[in-house]
Amino acid sequence: MIPESLLSNPTVAALADLATAAKFEFDELTVEIDAAKIAEALGRVKRDLKFERLTSVTGVDRFPAEPRFEIVYHLQSIANKARLRLKARVSGANPEIESASTVYRGAEWYERETFDLFGVRFLNHPNLTRIMMPEDWEGHPLRKDYPITGIRY
Amino acid sequence: MSITTGVTSESDVRRDAAAHQESRGHRTMVLNMGPQHPSTHGVLRLLLELDGETIVKAAPDIGYLHTGIEKEFEVKNYQQGVTLTDRIDYLAPLSNNLTYCLAAEKLLGLEIPEHAQWTRVMLSEFTRLNSHLVWLATHAIDIGAMSVFLYCFREREEILRIFEMFSGQRMMTSYFRIGGLALPHPRGWQKRVKDFVDIFPSRIDEYEELLTGNRIWTGRTKGVGYISLEDMLELGVTGPMLRAAGLAIDVRKDAPYSSYEKFDFTVPTRTENDVFARYLLRIEEMRQSHRIIKQALEGMPSGSHQADAPGIVLPEREKMKTQMESLIYHFKIVTEGFRVPEGEVYQAVESPRGEVGCYMVSDGTQKPYRVHWRGPSFGNLQSIPKLIEGTLIADVIAALGSMDFVLGDTDR
Repeated sequence: MIPESLLSNPTVAALADLATAAKFEFDELTVEIDAAKIAEALGRVKRDLKFERLTSVTGVDRFPAEPRFEIVYHLQSIANKARLRLKARVSGANPEIESASTVYRGAEWYERETFDLFGVRFLNHPNLTRIMMPEDWEGHPLRKDYPITGIRY
Repeated sequence: MSITTGVTSESDVRRDAAAHQESRGHRTMVLNMGPQHPSTHGVLRLLLELDGETIVKAAPDIGYLHTGIEKEFEVKNYQQGVTLTDRIDYLAPLSNNLTYCLAAEKLLGLEIPEHAQWTRVMLSEFTRLNSHLVWLATHAIDIGAMSVFLYCFREREEILRIFEMFSGQRMMTSYFRIGGLALPHPRGWQKRVKDFVDIFPSRIDEYEELLTGNRIWTGRTKGVGYISLEDMLELGVTGPMLRAAGLAIDVRKDAPYSSYEKFDFTVPTRTENDVFARYLLRIEEMRQSHRIIKQALEGMPSGSHQADAPGIVLPEREKMKTQMESLIYHFKIVTEGFRVPEGEVYQAVESPRGEVGCYMVSDGTQKPYRVHWRGPSFGNLQSIPKLIEGTLIADVIAALGSMDFVLGDTDR
């Protein structure tokens, strides 16, 4: 649901057909995007809304709720001195989402980190391998069902 | 077939080198630089494919210092989390404290007294000086200027003493807390800071005398380590690297926090975009930080060092002995912490290395649901292949040094 008060916001208006929800809290704008259309949304944000920089990509695990993962994109517009947060939800059973690295090359490492720590797969990523943990590591440490002490055998 | 920016396995690079050998008709060499190489300032591993002395491909490999700090935040209550932030970027602990506290305070809606805000600004600028001094010292030693190291550490020692005076700790300060400062100002701080402020400009002149006109220094740094502004923006580079390419971007000016808008300072820029420009830029940043510290010292407002927020800020010791409420609050805060309203915020702060960001998600309990740390070094390191591919191996050290990364910040 996009609240009435936000429909006049140019950023929300430009993304209205791809967005499922939007909110403006703590002076920060968050737009939730349909996960299947995230690449299109990012492309539009970069091209039309002048958000030149992708600040970070990360995840939030809402376990045991479904859809389990929120993928969060922080963007910055240097020209307009604005910041924007995009969010897409993916399911725990099949955590897959289109990679942002085709739009912002800098997303590459952030997505590898999110893949490593949450186990979310980014489709069409040039090199989706672990970045923090050893290559043969089992499990994804930032998942809520991963114990803080690590898995012991 | 080509190596992508993040190849981690050696076999990939070797396979690639073999493919190049066929196309070039002669052998290329794969060199493994790090993780225990003194000039990588920590445990960065670089896989370099060399054709003679020229770098054909570079692949950084990080993660050797991964400590799971983001996971750790989720089992600590909000106030305890401050101590973790010190350990992320261990050369800029107070910038990290500030980022974390500002994010939590935004969620709580706390109003911080001016006195505490100004102290935060002053000590954050000391942190910038501290970090830039370590950078200059190690960068110079990498390139071969031994004595600069000793000069820089002389002033750094004085800054660490000031930190110790305020917080009781030289490096892991945890001096900023949610709601203000950990302790009131120590007795005699003005003299300590004033002595430093009086002497420091002449000390910067000393460094410049040693380096700026030095023919070996300029020979090693001028025209080395070029990377285009477009590539940097695309790859997520922030901070001095961007400013040395002519883009006046600084969170302190673009979105002022902690009353930075009340201070008079400029954001220096250079246009040459090489290692030498980054050196001159950081020197100028030190002069600007000195200006800010001087203003903070002279105009420090009086008042409380903590916000008026019972239930979040610990009550005064004296009141606990006479007032029932204070005793209850103290017990509640210490045993279970305080609840933070549901919501999510992203707080950016200009650290010595660039934009450090804290994305904090609260579910209304005493512990953060998720804290994501956007370390500036992580974004900066991503540009290494662009920065050094095609250059000579002797320039790698100079180019890497000009980036000023901290591996604790990269790996978290």
